[in-house]
Amino acid sequence: MPPLAFLEYGPPLLSGAVVTIKLALLSEVVALLVGFVVGPALLSRWSPLRVLCRCYVELFRGTSALIQLFFLYFVLPQLGVDLPPVTVAVLGLGLNSGAYCAEFVRGAILAVPRGQREAAAALGLSRRDQFRFVVLPQAAFYAVPPLGNMSIDLLKLTSIVSFITIADMTFVAYQINQTTLDTIPLFSMVLAFYFVVAQAIAFAFRRAESRLGRGMRRVSTLP
Amino acid sequence: MSFDPAFALSILPLLARAALTTIAAAACGYAFALIGGLALALARLHGPVITRRAVAFALEFVRSTPLLVQVFFLYFVLPRFGIRMGAFQTGVLAIGIHYAAYLAEVFRSGFQSVGQGQWDAALGLGLHRWQCYRLVILPQIVPPLIPAFGNYLVLMFKDTPLLSAVSVPELMQTAKLIGSETFRYLEPFTLVALFFLVMSLISAVLIRLAEVRFQRWIAR
Repeated sequence: MPPLAFLEYGPPLLSGAVVTIKLALLSEVVALLVGFVVGPALLSRWSPLRVLCRCYVELFRGTSALIQLFFLYFVLPQLGVDLPPVTVAVLGLGLNSGAYCAEFVRGAILAVPRGQREAAAALGLSRRDQFRFVVLPQAAFYAVPPLGNMSIDLLKLTSIVSFITIADMTFVAYQINQTTLDTIPLFSMVLAFYFVVAQAIAFAFRRAESRLGRGMRRVSTLP
Repeated sequence: MSFDPAFALSILPLLARAALTTIAAAACGYAFALIGGLALALARLHGPVITRRAVAFALEFVRSTPLLVQVFFLYFVLPRFGIRMGAFQTGVLAIGIHYAAYLAEVFRSGFQSVGQGQWDAALGLGLHRWQCYRLVILPQIVPPLIPAFGNYLVLMFKDTPLLSAVSVPELMQTAKLIGSETFRYLEPFTLVALFFLVMSLISAVLIRLAEVRFQRWIAR
């Protein structure tokens, strides 16, 4: 790759990279919030809540993220709700990934051995405390690997915001490409950027897993 | 503004035609991904060390970069090398390569789950390596992988709207065009969303059925 291309396209691409990372982080927060609220609710004993959350999850997993984004971007203003594009993007990406996150959290809760809850009950903890202090911390550990994958998928998903004219990495590269047609160095830089960030996310989640796992092993080796 | 059933009905034929393009793209892309995934998995497991490393890196790279960028890359770069393809073909190629990288991992996990004893027995019976794969190994690994294959099919199906970026006349592109011409976005987008929702739910049921059938077939 000629160093010239790097100097020329570096600064605009960098501004795009900042937008991409900002969007990925904000939507990740939304997705985790949604997932950790809806996930346990999918296992609720109160059926209306359970059904409502199930509908949300199936609706957002069953349709494509791009459709959801377009709904928020094109249809909501016609219904009188006018949101700025960045809010639309964070909401769209967050709600889409949140649906997947909820399923992972649900699976992680079910992976916690029954005995843990029974032991907590035997110690006299209320149902709420059993969940808060015994089940949820362990479920969080089981949820780490799938959530790592979700976060990488979310990073890749942010590229679709270029459809609603947000100047993220992909959009900036596309725009420069339209005028210069210098596709190979341009898109190589973009691909390398996503690759490096994805590896960083994978690394962070592996660290998180071993950090959370330390306590788990100590518990499981007790007689 | 509220949902207008008459308008929705009037755009139905247009969307139905676009749905065929969407289904065709997904079907061709998936066929490509299955064959490519199997080949890549075999190269990753049995190739020379350098091939193995290169394939492993390529798979990781393709899986951790966005499909949309890959679509753009192929769309703009292939003509540079004299490869002229329509938007549809380029889109199918991009989506096929992307999902081949995922399916390769699925195949690999399957191959690795087969015990050495199966190989020893098949080779001991005088089968060639290729016959071992075809008659002994593949029939064992495919049934347990069906849910994974099905999930990726659904995921790929939901990724086909990305092809609208290079103006493949699939559902999303058509819905957007209808919207920009009539200033009514609610109806086309709702219909497209419904189409994808119904297709996902149907596939979920079909995957469950295929799983059950294959398990019964194995038990026989």
